[in-house]
Amino acid sequence: MPQLFPPEASSFAGHVDALYIFLILVTAFFSLLIGTLVVVFAIKFHRKSPDEVATEVHESGLLEIVWTVIPFGLVLVMFAWGASVYFRLSRPPANALDIYVTAKQWMWKLQHTDGHREMNELHVPVGVPVRLTMASEDVIHSFYVPAFRFKRDVVPGRFSTAWFEATKPGKYHLFCAEFCGTRHSNMIGWVYVMKPADYQAWLAGGVPGETLAAAGAKRFIEHQCNTCHGDQPGARGPSLNGLFGKQVQLANGRTVLADESYIRESIVNPQAVLTAGYQPIMPTFQGLISEEGLLQLVAYIKSLASAPPAGAAASAAPAPTPERKTIRP
Amino acid sequence: MSTPTATPSQRVDYLNASYGVKSWLLTTDHKRIAILYLIGITFFFAIGGLAAALIRLELLTPAGDVFQAEMYNRIFTTHGVMMVFFFMIPGIPGVLGNFLIPLMIGAKDVAFPRLNLLSWYLFAIGGLTALWAVVHGGVDTGWTFYTPYSTVYANGWVVVTAVGIFISGFSSILTGLNFLVTLHTMRAPGMTWMRLPLFCWGMYATGIIQILGTPVIAITLLLVAAERIFHLGVFDPAQGGDPVLFQHLFWFYSHPAVYIMILPAMAVISELVTAFSRKPIFGYKFIAASSVAIAVLSFLVWGHHMFVSGQSVYAGLVFSILSFMVAIPSAIKVFNWTATLYKGSVSYQTPLLYALGFIGLFTFGGLTGLMLATLGLDVHVHDTYFIVAHFHYIMVGGTIMAYLGGLHYWWPKISGKLYPEYWSRVSAWVIFIGFNLTFFPQFIVGYLGMPRRYHAYPEEFQVLNVMSTAGASILGIGYVIPLIYFVYSMRYGKDAADNPWGATGLEWQTPSPPPTENFPDTPVVTGRPYDYLTGREEEAVG
Repeated sequence: MPQLFPPEASSFAGHVDALYIFLILVTAFFSLLIGTLVVVFAIKFHRKSPDEVATEVHESGLLEIVWTVIPFGLVLVMFAWGASVYFRLSRPPANALDIYVTAKQWMWKLQHTDGHREMNELHVPVGVPVRLTMASEDVIHSFYVPAFRFKRDVVPGRFSTAWFEATKPGKYHLFCAEFCGTRHSNMIGWVYVMKPADYQAWLAGGVPGETLAAAGAKRFIEHQCNTCHGDQPGARGPSLNGLFGKQVQLANGRTVLADESYIRESIVNPQAVLTAGYQPIMPTFQGLISEEGLLQLVAYIKSLASAPPAGAAASAAPAPTPERKTIRP
Repeated sequence: MSTPTATPSQRVDYLNASYGVKSWLLTTDHKRIAILYLIGITFFFAIGGLAAALIRLELLTPAGDVFQAEMYNRIFTTHGVMMVFFFMIPGIPGVLGNFLIPLMIGAKDVAFPRLNLLSWYLFAIGGLTALWAVVHGGVDTGWTFYTPYSTVYANGWVVVTAVGIFISGFSSILTGLNFLVTLHTMRAPGMTWMRLPLFCWGMYATGIIQILGTPVIAITLLLVAAERIFHLGVFDPAQGGDPVLFQHLFWFYSHPAVYIMILPAMAVISELVTAFSRKPIFGYKFIAASSVAIAVLSFLVWGHHMFVSGQSVYAGLVFSILSFMVAIPSAIKVFNWTATLYKGSVSYQTPLLYALGFIGLFTFGGLTGLMLATLGLDVHVHDTYFIVAHFHYIMVGGTIMAYLGGLHYWWPKISGKLYPEYWSRVSAWVIFIGFNLTFFPQFIVGYLGMPRRYHAYPEEFQVLNVMSTAGASILGIGYVIPLIYFVYSMRYGKDAADNPWGATGLEWQTPSPPPTENFPDTPVVTGRPYDYLTGREEEAVG
């Protein structure tokens, strides 16, 4: 007898399975109800002689109302329950561990902030929320860990963010769930959920490269971002110190939260999110910086969040919480 | 059952009115065009079915050992493209809709007979173009053509395939248009809307979707082709385009298209249940109205394909609740069909076996659809075999069961011959068993996490895949049996009576097979449909 459920290894898994079991019960009830009625009616009212005529049954408005209202009520319950689980999935908690994911045909590259890099393998501690910031170098991929009941498309041209919290140590499948080309079914890997002590040992064991933020700092110089976004007074671009997580007043009158997606947009399509009070002179870096480079720059600018804002800082209003996720239109 | 009323060989009917290939290829008779569609969709079904067999063969073992990955991807694309665009969508409307709508409403033909023939040519040319592309050139995008894979990265003949689908889209639009106009303008005296057979109501609702939805897929595929050739950048993020925009456009048609496939099936079931219960259908108005409600709601649910693509949470909520709403008219139909059996005079003829199979499988498939409308659950099962199982319950367990049921029910009218009762019952059971063995395990393997479109898969999923492949083998046999006996019966079958089932409906008032002009004199309808209790037959007064 094959198993019916994958391992329950995340804080979502129990909720999703409970929802699933409820829906299985509803499905089983109505399938059996209809199936039984159909079979019983077919047998009980089987035509005994070729000329047998049916008995007249008057239509019933009441019956029509009953079998409209009951399913209606039931689907509202399903909707509300399903939506509440979905909300949980879409709100990463404040203390989440950041992991940066780059997807490309046909591999997953997973980077920890301390510089650990992994290919098709991800090590995470148990009991700690993990927040994924994901980018694709080519086509749409989808990060799927069945044991976590969790999946998120990685769409090129934007960051996709998602989170999970593993609850059970073990080794779990990582799949690409969105068809991405010839070797789609090879774009698989493993997620290792480790006890805190084991995780610390793993962190200590590997030889981390430079941290993501440090790599980002190098790129910042390499692409000469510092010529305009240095902290000198009268600089042509806004200072980035203390920017991340703050509200930014844009030239077009909108106010946006300076999150990962905002930083990305500012690099690849600067005119769309021009900060109020600055000239539209920044060139686009679309196609000049890889997705991985963008993730590094974001990590670097994020690391400046706690640096003191300089001179004509961009921040206009205090942000509520840095972790609030903006919802893409 | 009954004895033939006349010696058919002496009578001129639409089949023997003229002979020769030209008389068929240039015909404007809706009944002959229906036969042309029957040949066409059977051909494309065979191709799609062969591809399905190859898929199941590959998935028998976890390793990708039968085909190379590239070839496997081309095979499942062939399966999807052929089955969806050239079997499911044109299927019941092309064959049964064409044959029956004029007969059911007492008309001599559809409103635009030449346009009808053009529809078939567009379908055939589109289908053959796409077939040539997927077989000769190879396409590995899946039938969904997601960007930017299809526009930038995929090798193969994406453009030619898109052109094939584009061409056949016009067939779909023209067929829908033809049916709507026919139903509005060609009804016999006395055939009021509330006397219209439910099959016609279902085809009417289908026509609405065909006309309103199909242009969107046509434009979308044209954009994909233009993007591949001219690098427009509409969907390419590297040029500031949005790949998810494609998904919105694609599903704006392709979700309603699901109802282009299932509404005609429901339309057939409404006829079968009442004919074999010899009882007026329960809740006529509710079934008719629910078809139209499904057609309208079908345009408002496309976003449920994008719950994990980064669509806003609030859009997700709206699409989730609207998707649940589609379940209500579907449930109304199921309850009314079931109630129709109550106190009926139920005869276990093959068409009823298919109808009962449909009710069970559609109910189950529809309920699993609720799981996919449930936001939190869809995140897990999206893009897994759970989805594959769900839509095959609707498409194969639903539409194909209904199509076969309808084909058996109207076969005496279409061919003038009876099919062999014994073998037809055997094949109905073989199909039912084979179908469930094929697709039920896919729900389980999907929930376990097996993604769809995987050429190779982890070993723990093998047992369920072996079951699925075993079921598919049985299902394949189940489909071959009717093919054999239908062809056999055309030559060797017993002659059918005009009304072998004792059914109501104008199509049974005319000889089997009908003469080219359908009715010698225009019938006049004086009573309600499915009037099995006060008199066996509707009056046809000339």
